Amino acid sequence: MSLPADPTRFTLADARDAVKAKRISSTELTKTFIKAIADARPLNAFITETPEHALKMAEASDALIAKGDARPLEGLPLAIKDLFCTKGVRTTAGSRILSNFIPPYESTVTQNLWDAGAVMLGKVNMDEFAMGSSNETSYFKPVINPWRAKNSNQALVPGGSSGGSAAATSAFLCLGATATDTGGSIRQPAAVTGTVGIKPTYGRCSRWGTVAFASSLDQAGPITRTVRDAAIMLRHMASVDPKDSTSVDVPVPDYEATLEGGVKGMRIGIPKEYRIDGAPPEIEALWQKGAEWLKAAGAELVDISLPHTKYALPVYYIVAPAEASSNLARYDGVRYGHRAAGVKDIVDLYEKSRAEGFGAEVRRRILIGTYVLSAGYYDAFYARAQKLRTLILRDFTEAFKKCDAILTPATPCAAFAMGEKTADPVTMYLNDVFTVTANLAGLPGISVPAGLTADGLPLGLQVIGKAFDEATVLKVGRSMEQAANFTATPSTWWRV
Amino acid sequence: MNARSAKLIEGTTGPWEIVIGLEVHAQVLSQSKLFSGAATEFGAEPNTQVSFVDAAMPGMLPVINEYCVEQAVRTGLGLRAKINKVSVFDRKNYFYPDLPAGYQISQYKNPIVGEGEVLIDLQGGETVRVGIERLHLEQDAGKSLHDQHPDHSLVDLNRAGVALMEIVTRPDMRSSEEAAAFLRKLRAIVRYLGTCDGNMDEGSMRADVNVSVRKPGAGLGTRCEIKNVNSMRFIAQAVEYEARRQVDLLESGGTIRQETRLFDARAGETRSMRSKEEAHDYRYFPDPDLLPLELEQAFIDRIAASLPELPDDKKARFIKDYGIPVYDAGVLVAERELADYYEAMARGADAKLAVNWLNNEILGRLNRDGLSIVDCPVSADANNAILAMMADGTISGKIAKDVLDIVWSDGGDPREVVERRGLRQVTDTGAIEAAINAVIAANPQKVEEAMAKPKLIGWFVGQVMKETGGKANPQVVNDMLKTRLGIADGG
Repeated sequence: MSLPADPTRFTLADARDAVKAKRISSTELTKTFIKAIADARPLNAFITETPEHALKMAEASDALIAKGDARPLEGLPLAIKDLFCTKGVRTTAGSRILSNFIPPYESTVTQNLWDAGAVMLGKVNMDEFAMGSSNETSYFKPVINPWRAKNSNQALVPGGSSGGSAAATSAFLCLGATATDTGGSIRQPAAVTGTVGIKPTYGRCSRWGTVAFASSLDQAGPITRTVRDAAIMLRHMASVDPKDSTSVDVPVPDYEATLEGGVKGMRIGIPKEYRIDGAPPEIEALWQKGAEWLKAAGAELVDISLPHTKYALPVYYIVAPAEASSNLARYDGVRYGHRAAGVKDIVDLYEKSRAEGFGAEVRRRILIGTYVLSAGYYDAFYARAQKLRTLILRDFTEAFKKCDAILTPATPCAAFAMGEKTADPVTMYLNDVFTVTANLAGLPGISVPAGLTADGLPLGLQVIGKAFDEATVLKVGRSMEQAANFTATPSTWWRV
Repeated sequence: MNARSAKLIEGTTGPWEIVIGLEVHAQVLSQSKLFSGAATEFGAEPNTQVSFVDAAMPGMLPVINEYCVEQAVRTGLGLRAKINKVSVFDRKNYFYPDLPAGYQISQYKNPIVGEGEVLIDLQGGETVRVGIERLHLEQDAGKSLHDQHPDHSLVDLNRAGVALMEIVTRPDMRSSEEAAAFLRKLRAIVRYLGTCDGNMDEGSMRADVNVSVRKPGAGLGTRCEIKNVNSMRFIAQAVEYEARRQVDLLESGGTIRQETRLFDARAGETRSMRSKEEAHDYRYFPDPDLLPLELEQAFIDRIAASLPELPDDKKARFIKDYGIPVYDAGVLVAERELADYYEAMARGADAKLAVNWLNNEILGRLNRDGLSIVDCPVSADANNAILAMMADGTISGKIAKDVLDIVWSDGGDPREVVERRGLRQVTDTGAIEAAINAVIAANPQKVEEAMAKPKLIGWFVGQVMKETGGKANPQVVNDMLKTRLGIADGG
């Protein structure tokens, strides 16, 4: 392996090996990223940069490496989505209401990463409370996609809600980033920034210390530049956690070890319901190409049906806001976070603090969620949505009797322009059409960069697997990555 | 239920029947809270027993406390209730500063305990069955303090998240006496079980009272729920006031609105708090942070096997084994500590004598000194010794009371007290003879009178007892005097 001239271009796996072999120190590597982050401020990927913190961690890592005590992710600089509580470091969830919140505790996922030796570069931007598909709902201003269309200077969105994680990874501002996915918030931004994003099985990563959006759907996962990097990072994020009653005690395997297993003999399901009207032909064509790659690699293609797919988005937009309306009730200005000034009584305090603290999209979802749980509407909306959710899960259970993994497009379109979809929330919600089913069924899904549009913008393909079978998902993803040979990177236009 | 002599209210249109159901909140006896590791001890400095979960910090998650589940199951078994092997925790959503998360975790449609029953004994000897509809687990809220600062309200979250059992009865009670008797019995049961300390002063047991009235034999009337009734006395007052209010309203042509009313202890009346229309929409839904609670039969069996003897069983045993009167047995078993005390002191003694000793001597003195049985300065074992000395004639009944007084105030072993102070009853006929001789010699006139009027022997017995410092065996004195004075038996 040769050292790249610019160490930010390392994959996480290569950086790991280089740091361990002392070809580069963690401090050196970390400083390069700190510089890259400072140079990339026009992207607005970070809400809080933590360079001093990063260097301290890097120094500690270098000391351990010197002693020969390196841990699996020793000295590797990562970005952390600002939804993960980090002890002593401001955690905002992209919201004004938590704009002054400094947690006195560390989330389980980030603690796992620090225990494995990783270094924190800072907290990355996101849609407010992870509600959005374009990173435009952040109180801390939108993130700009490092990618631009051919011959265009128009600012594009990086997807969402993990827009900061995707942009920072895509723009080489970190080796990888933590992210979370409630309806597609890892996979969709990964797809539109040419990065890899995996949402593991619900229960695989602890939710403890991660600001909740919709508790029955939220899952943490990594965004990285390669499938191997995703395999490495996921292993050190996942754990069973006695502090999270929904985390599941299934051993976390060494995903990297089985990564190159190939797809020979595997049955790959192609669900007919994922052909949607009005989708750009490029999406359909790429999907077909992906299927051919896997077939060429020795997989068998199987036509499958997931008949309740059409209900997934409506179900999601009932269940997620319902849970969110309750989860966000704690932000009341009483104990922490933003509190409105000059209030006359407690009701006034609640109303003003929350009206000032929450942005328009969060308010909209709180209202929807409150409505669908109200007396007289519960059965018509929430109860029915839960029944349909069961049917969606059953679709997958049936399908997986015929196949080992499912291949679908990751998104219905490439990165779009800032402001293009903000006027109509339903258009925005359609971004999640291919990803939301995996959340409702609790299944693992990965988005892998597979090609470029005619305009030169990245597109991804999604692989959905059985519960707790991330290993197969990653294996199929790796096979596709090899076939796609996706080597394009965004130009570094942001460096002035 | 109607067969019993229900207490009716006399109105201008005839008699009315009161129908009462209770919702009791009983704080679970546990070291830590229902979903967090914070302590539950009463009376700590404000906000010193608050975990990140209790304060609803971002990203915090509830984890069920297994011991609280065990306590709820234990209580359910004590109420002879159905234990539901699958129950669900729901969120009850509303905004209030002492509810940090903006929702209370409770059980709505699927409680951990289903139907059960409690038997209550009424004064006339009647036993009434009160149906239990359900028991569920839920979190307590914190406490808002409005009197600590001129223009701020303060919040103490120590209580936030403490486990409560909400126990809901059927509308099976027909008078304030029955409601109070139910609460006393429920309190006894949970205290026997060790699942709640039943301390109403500290708020670890509180009741909301549902009251309606109807003409005897008619269907149920519209009920009003009275909140915040936190003593036995207040329950009686609140029921009496509310029933009378409803009767007066109905008889003057009005109708009862279903509403929540607050009991004002100072004024002794209930006041409207909010109507049904103004009731909160709590938007209950299953808490996605918690999986359904599933209990294994072995878990339930293990708890069932460890249940203590409960008041009803103990009472039956006291009546059967000791021959204690029903009423006395009821009094004894009302407090587990009292029953235990009784059993310890009555070991090997005459059961009825022991009951009388407890009722007359011990409880009387405790009452005088304002103490409860657990604070009794004389142990059950010490009383057992006193009873034994009385039984074998070592001391007389009178001396026994003196010994109790001495041990009560000064402590010590009753047997030592008797020895040291020479209180042992004198049965030595020589010593008694000497005393008799002295009394006869000093009172020749009385001797003559007594021979004519045998009843006067009582005066001689008293004099001889005085002469012996009360230590002579009165029966022996009596017998010897009769012989000396030539009085026939039965005289």
